Amino acid sequence: MDALMSFGQGIFGGAWPAVWTLLKIVVIVAPLMLSVAYLTWAERKVIGYMQVRIGPNRVGPWGLIQPIADGLKLLLKEIIVPSSANKGIFLIAPMLAIAPALAAWAVVPFTDTLVLANIDASLLYIMAITSMGVYGIILSGWASNSKYAFLGAMRSAAQMVSYEISMGFSLICVLMVSNSLNLVDIVNVQNQGRFADWGLSFLSWNWLPMLPMFLVYLISGVAETNRAPFDVAEGESEIVAGFHVEYSGMAFAVFFLAEYANMILVAALTSIMFLGGWLSPVGFLPDGILWLFAKMSAILFLFLWFRATFPRYRYDQLMRLGWKVFVPICIVWLVVVGVWMMSPLNIWK
Amino acid sequence: MDFQSFVFFLLSTILIVASLRVITARNPVHAALNLILAFFTCGGIWALLQAEFLAIAIILVYVGAVMVLFLFVVMMLDINIDRIREGFWRYLPFGALIGVLMVIEMGLVLGSKYFRVPASEAISPAGVSNTKAIGELMFSDYVYPFELASLILLVGMIAAIVLTYRGPKKSKYTNPNQQVFVKAKDRIRVLQMPVEKD
Repeated sequence: MDALMSFGQGIFGGAWPAVWTLLKIVVIVAPLMLSVAYLTWAERKVIGYMQVRIGPNRVGPWGLIQPIADGLKLLLKEIIVPSSANKGIFLIAPMLAIAPALAAWAVVPFTDTLVLANIDASLLYIMAITSMGVYGIILSGWASNSKYAFLGAMRSAAQMVSYEISMGFSLICVLMVSNSLNLVDIVNVQNQGRFADWGLSFLSWNWLPMLPMFLVYLISGVAETNRAPFDVAEGESEIVAGFHVEYSGMAFAVFFLAEYANMILVAALTSIMFLGGWLSPVGFLPDGILWLFAKMSAILFLFLWFRATFPRYRYDQLMRLGWKVFVPICIVWLVVVGVWMMSPLNIWK
Repeated sequence: MDFQSFVFFLLSTILIVASLRVITARNPVHAALNLILAFFTCGGIWALLQAEFLAIAIILVYVGAVMVLFLFVVMMLDINIDRIREGFWRYLPFGALIGVLMVIEMGLVLGSKYFRVPASEAISPAGVSNTKAIGELMFSDYVYPFELASLILLVGMIAAIVLTYRGPKKSKYTNPNQQVFVKAKDRIRVLQMPVEKD
């Protein structure tokens, strides 16, 4: 590593720190895009098997080249801009959708040293950046100048703003018990406690003492990413394809990428916040990045499973769940955690 | 010019241009988008001043929530630009007066060193987390003003609801709360009956 640093210093001179950061960004984003591609493949395979079908099996062995073929097809297609669309905003909207999904990864820690920017307020940063993802959807709906797209955008905006509240509340509970906004600290705190001392650290992770918050966060995460059963923003049966009905070619593909990148992000955050990130579940196995990937894969599998299992929520039922179920649960649990921390039974000392 | 001042000037240029576009854009949605850009850039400048909590808070609250709803409303309005422009000259003196007042106020705040006003310059010791410091102050010295502010916001929210409430709904509607608890056996009955032969 030192040799690499001095080699880079020799070639790029003063610009080396910037080049080094760019390299690190590429090292994060390139595998992310690859996982997005293979998540679409996994989705089709998993749902296929759940519906007693085979799924893609023609391009490559087990259909493994299928996502590459799909990407190539979308790249080569024409991007059609509707004649009365607001052209500038129509083309900016997909970029606004994917930029937050990628920018949030800047502070996601993979192990306690492997993180692009280890900043103190990383949890706040994540909340701020992910809250901007909604603009891509609203603007695409408005700029398309189409009624279906606009309806989809309005549904999505209301949905994302509502579920952000319960997501924020569950994160507040996490930061209360971890006494830190830093994601690395949040994971490290989960490795302390009675169960961790016994070598059963999976029982000392945040999911157990904050089980309601864990569930609220996971379900709100599904709603935030506009995934089934909360995909009213797309709602094929009522509003065709919702906000991206007018998009074609790569512009459509970028929305697709953003949705899947957001899914992976929510999976990573749930693993870090509630499932101990890179910590190993039992004492005798070493911690490592593979644990994080395993946890993320398990949560992503849940996303796919939900899609194959549940019928779509109706819009008013969705709003009821967000405002009348999750927000009260969150407020009650916030008070419970606060009282718990002040009582002698506090387990987070 | 070091990198930090380069970033500062870049962000300030974007901020000024975006703010001007807010009041000059013909399309209200473009104006709202420029306002979002202005807030975002403002957050960037605050982050540059190492006020990371304020920087993230403005993005989280204004960009992430307030402006979404704002944009939402602006998109659905049917705004006739010419009708709005009609009263331009009539409102100009009043607007100019307010503008001059704001410039004077800002000058007083920003020129506090020149006017020898003891204030403004924040000195933060190194290694102190801004977020933590704000939290500690807010819940110790300023706990009553803080709680009072939240109470005022709550009153405002309830007032808005009361003002727009038009009495109980007359139209028929379904209650989603009852709907989601419906069991299949409440709705359908499976009958056993002998096969009819003719």
